[in-house]
Amino acid sequence: MSCCNCRKNDLSLLDEVLEKYKNVKGSLITVLQKAQEIYGYLPTDVIYKIAEEMNLTPAKVMGVATFYTQFRFKPVGKYLIMLCQGTACHVNGSERIEKAIKDELGISDGETTDDGLFTLKNVACLGCCSLSPVMMINEETYGSLTPEKVKTIIRNLKEGEK
Amino acid sequence: MRIVVGQGSCGIAAGAEKVYSAIEKHLSDKSVLSITGCIGMCFLEPIVDIYDDENKLLRLVKVNEDDAEKIAEAIKCGNLSTLENLKISPEDEEFLNKQTRIALRHCGLINPENIEDYVSSDGYKALRKVLETMSPEDVIEEIKVSGLAGRGGAGFPTWFKWNAARKSEGNEKYLICNADEGDPGAFMDRAVIESDPHNLIEGMLIGAYAIGAKEAVVYVRAEYPLAIIRLEKAIREAEEKGFIGENILGSDFSCSFRIKAGAGAFVCGEETALIESLEGSRGMPRLKPPFPAEAGYWHKPSNINNVETFANVSWIILNGGKAFSSMGTEDSKGTKVFALTGKIKRGGLVEIPMGKTLRDVIFDIGGGIRNDASFKAVQMGGPSGGCIPAELLDTVIDYKKLGATGAIMGSGGMVVMDENTCMVNMAKFFLDFTAKESCGKCVHCRIGTKRMLEILTRIVDGEGKEGDIELLEELCYGIKDGALCGLGQTAPNPVLTTIKYFRDEYISHINEKKCPAKECTNLLTYSINPEKCVGCSLCSKKCPADAISGEIKKSFSIDTEKCIKCGQCKSVCRFGAVEVN
Repeated sequence: MSCCNCRKNDLSLLDEVLEKYKNVKGSLITVLQKAQEIYGYLPTDVIYKIAEEMNLTPAKVMGVATFYTQFRFKPVGKYLIMLCQGTACHVNGSERIEKAIKDELGISDGETTDDGLFTLKNVACLGCCSLSPVMMINEETYGSLTPEKVKTIIRNLKEGEK
Repeated sequence: MRIVVGQGSCGIAAGAEKVYSAIEKHLSDKSVLSITGCIGMCFLEPIVDIYDDENKLLRLVKVNEDDAEKIAEAIKCGNLSTLENLKISPEDEEFLNKQTRIALRHCGLINPENIEDYVSSDGYKALRKVLETMSPEDVIEEIKVSGLAGRGGAGFPTWFKWNAARKSEGNEKYLICNADEGDPGAFMDRAVIESDPHNLIEGMLIGAYAIGAKEAVVYVRAEYPLAIIRLEKAIREAEEKGFIGENILGSDFSCSFRIKAGAGAFVCGEETALIESLEGSRGMPRLKPPFPAEAGYWHKPSNINNVETFANVSWIILNGGKAFSSMGTEDSKGTKVFALTGKIKRGGLVEIPMGKTLRDVIFDIGGGIRNDASFKAVQMGGPSGGCIPAELLDTVIDYKKLGATGAIMGSGGMVVMDENTCMVNMAKFFLDFTAKESCGKCVHCRIGTKRMLEILTRIVDGEGKEGDIELLEELCYGIKDGALCGLGQTAPNPVLTTIKYFRDEYISHINEKKCPAKECTNLLTYSINPEKCVGCSLCSKKCPADAISGEIKKSFSIDTEKCIKCGQCKSVCRFGAVEVN
């Protein structure tokens, strides 16, 4: 099993963010969000760098990062499928959609396909309840889903990669 | 003439951006094309509004890209009659006509990305009135007269919080907007921010003036990227026009604005947890007292209100507190916005005066249950709320009256359920949510929600035991008593209300190992009706568990020991021979 967190990352990419925020009190979460925008997730060496620059213990930084569901500690696939787990989506069949994704890609919540293309993440209510069930793939929102529609969307994305 | 395409998140999810681009491509004069935010008729998205030269509206609904050329052509020829088939029906128009919009009054009517639209709709007039003619105490008095209560769910008198913050000592005070709309099934605040961000800004500025704050912060949940983008733009525009910054409109009042994005934690909707998060910490609630009005953000006096609460403020200032309090009931004044979703024919945003009934909202405005199924329950208040059954449909929308049912008004999420929804599974769904979202600080919530979830999971899996219902009730009351914050204190509500109104479903799951709504997979038995089966073998071929056997042209049968209840056989059978019990 590859240990993706041991990979050395270019920490200089963080310099601008840290320069701006390291002395602004209460900005740890903002720094973590910007770091995730840069690296796609929060690698261990990035956590250590942030702790060092902001004069916090790595434990404190990890304590904050692990509290919030937005933060990831492993890289995600090219297409991050965020499946809404809100009440309206649940009532209108989000479980069937999750099953369809599992059938099509072989992944469950939190997993990435072997080719690194797709990651599935069950997320809290996206607020598009009238179009339930809903999912987002990266920035794009898809509503009124059916198992067939989901499989078509995924297959189209796969086609686009060829 | 103007053509306006609705572009709230729902509309965009339904394809509104593609519709906009397609219309733009075919239009010769593109200056007539613009966008608006969330119209609130989500069941009809994408929506294209055409205003003629007399500002008369032709509303086109469920528009797709293929209709774009036809629309552009109709406008070019000046013959809109060719668009009749896309026109909204008179019945559907009633969805909006029956509403009374105050918080949502500009939503769907103005371009949220252009401050001029807001200004020309009486925008920032309330702020001007406040700064030129009213003292902070006058503002608080007007809000008191209006009877405005917190719209985030608690329903606490807004004037009281503002007054408490005003009276607290110190010059460093903060005005905070709670836009961490975490209730699953609620999107009222998202709609306000995406569609009318300046109304929120104006309400907050008036609040900041009232309490004496010089800094205003909007805490928006991370899951609302479009709302954040539109609000950022609105703040920049307001700064350029002098509505935000130093000496606003030439007065002594100065106020800065910033946005803080949440990072995905439902508990941060609790005001002290929100403050902890703003301070860069884990979002774990604080003990109250002291209340934020006395010691909030950085332990300075702070006032936190919900988006919808602020969205009512400018209207109240312009029209007077009495006009607001003339609507509603004795205990609940003004209007409330609901996000009506679930198994409803017409789902979207409904704003009505307090005092209407649940039946008015669900049947009169919402059109009743999809596919004409029967109404079973409406879930109100998200994970803090409860399920209200059919016999209570005439309950008046009022904080106290809804509270008496065991549910709460909540932030406004209203999820409608029909006979195919298992109420035990709904309770489990909500506990699954609250157990995950519990911050872990207090024992009652951290361990209590887990134990409730364990029991509910056993029940829906067919392993319920005698005494489980009583154990759940005992746990619920214990957790309500001992939990530190609103999340834990209200987490038992879905369980208590479903036991109260749907006890027979719990009994059926536990004693008979049956799910009356046929939703809990482990309690279902799949079988093939030999009178309907033609022996085509399709189900057998599809079965992933090799559980179906038989001879071609003779009735097939399912081995219940092997059956994994995936439902594939039922979905492929063309003869309706697969039955679920």
